[in-house]
Amino acid sequence: MKIKITAFGIAKDILQNRETEFETTENATVGEIKAQLIKNYPDFAKLNSLAIAVNEEYADDSDPVKASDEIVIIPPVSGG
Amino acid sequence: MINTDSDLGEDERRRYARHFALPELGEAGQQRLKNARVLCIGAGGLGSPLLLYLAAAGVGTIGICDFDTVDESNLQRQVLFTAADTGKGKAVTAAKKLRALNPYIKTIIHREKLSAENALALFESYDLIADGSDNFPTRYLANDAAVLTDKPLVFGAVSRFEGQVSVFNLSNAAGERSPHYRDLFPQPPAPGAVLNCAEAGVLGVLPGIIGSMMASEVIKIVSGIGETLAGKFFMFDAASFTSRTLKIRKNPDVKITELIDYELFCGEKVPEISRAEFAKLQKSGASFRLIDVREKEEYERENMGGELLPLSAFPKILDDLPQGEKYVVHCQSGKRSREAVRMMREAGFAEVESLVGGLSGMK
Repeated sequence: MKIKITAFGIAKDILQNRETEFETTENATVGEIKAQLIKNYPDFAKLNSLAIAVNEEYADDSDPVKASDEIVIIPPVSGG
Repeated sequence: MINTDSDLGEDERRRYARHFALPELGEAGQQRLKNARVLCIGAGGLGSPLLLYLAAAGVGTIGICDFDTVDESNLQRQVLFTAADTGKGKAVTAAKKLRALNPYIKTIIHREKLSAENALALFESYDLIADGSDNFPTRYLANDAAVLTDKPLVFGAVSRFEGQVSVFNLSNAAGERSPHYRDLFPQPPAPGAVLNCAEAGVLGVLPGIIGSMMASEVIKIVSGIGETLAGKFFMFDAASFTSRTLKIRKNPDVKITELIDYELFCGEKVPEISRAEFAKLQKSGASFRLIDVREKEEYERENMGGELLPLSAFPKILDDLPQGEKYVVHCQSGKRSREAVRMMREAGFAEVESLVGGLSGMK
């Protein structure tokens, strides 16, 4: 299935886009999508904690994702 | 307990007339603001609007924690300072401006770097912490210290065109504390993976927006009005005017029991083992692998029985090394081994230390 990923900050830099169409397996979990993101974009591994929200709610690795869901990657930001 | 018996004088009543006109805030809310003690970490881009609005709103005691001095490159966004302040201490200068803005408040200057040594005692003497610092070690330290001292933490961060705001560790009516930074990001990014403002740049007005939002959250929490960002995480991109307010939750695996070495935790410093600790480790019979990262010629000249993995072959050579084992890495003097340990940690090795003084130090 195709899912839409919206990325902010460093995640946007890594994906080189605010919005990315991402091909993943049917009924994939958040954890599986994270693993696939790290595989396709190895720079995600350097973030160590990859924080993902599904439909505006922070999601655990075991949470399932549907094709119509909006996935948002929350970047770590330290500047002040 | 915050005392709400009013001691606001006539001058203060005139000054805060627009607050008094808000039925949600009124005299009781204003008195709560006056009784509150708020600590702001960092008097920089976020700290500027944050401190100005907290002072203007009448927050009675404002602590300013910043060890830095005003630099010319700060003036593009740090509106608390003027060209004439260049070179002056930020905390002292900020305190002076705040008192000029509102003589009815008290400022406390902490011209020091927030550290694992001073954070808990510092946080204890305040009701609420606002974090406008500029690096990951301080972010994690402020978060953990707020959790350990049971203080709410208003978080704000900026980079380039984007900012974030949240309210961590705030108690609700049932006494449950809202999620905090570590629930979202249990582990910090690898050093260098996320650039800071000096490296990546920041649109000057952005900390103005985000710092003002932080001030709004502080004022709401202290005066008891509205609905805070506790349990939510706000992200904003000024470039496209895109924003999201995400619900966040507790991570049951995250337990904070004490403060740690945050520079080490964030990979800004490398774990090292002293000669004495190394001797003890050898004697203990514990299993570990000794890695010599010098070059082949050096190894052949003299070695201490380690496995030869020259730094010049890093990081490719690490592919065949199992990550689950414990490693002690050495070179001649302890310098190359520090670089090797940094690269190994970046590659995911958890238990790896650099031998202080290297082979030379063992003689």
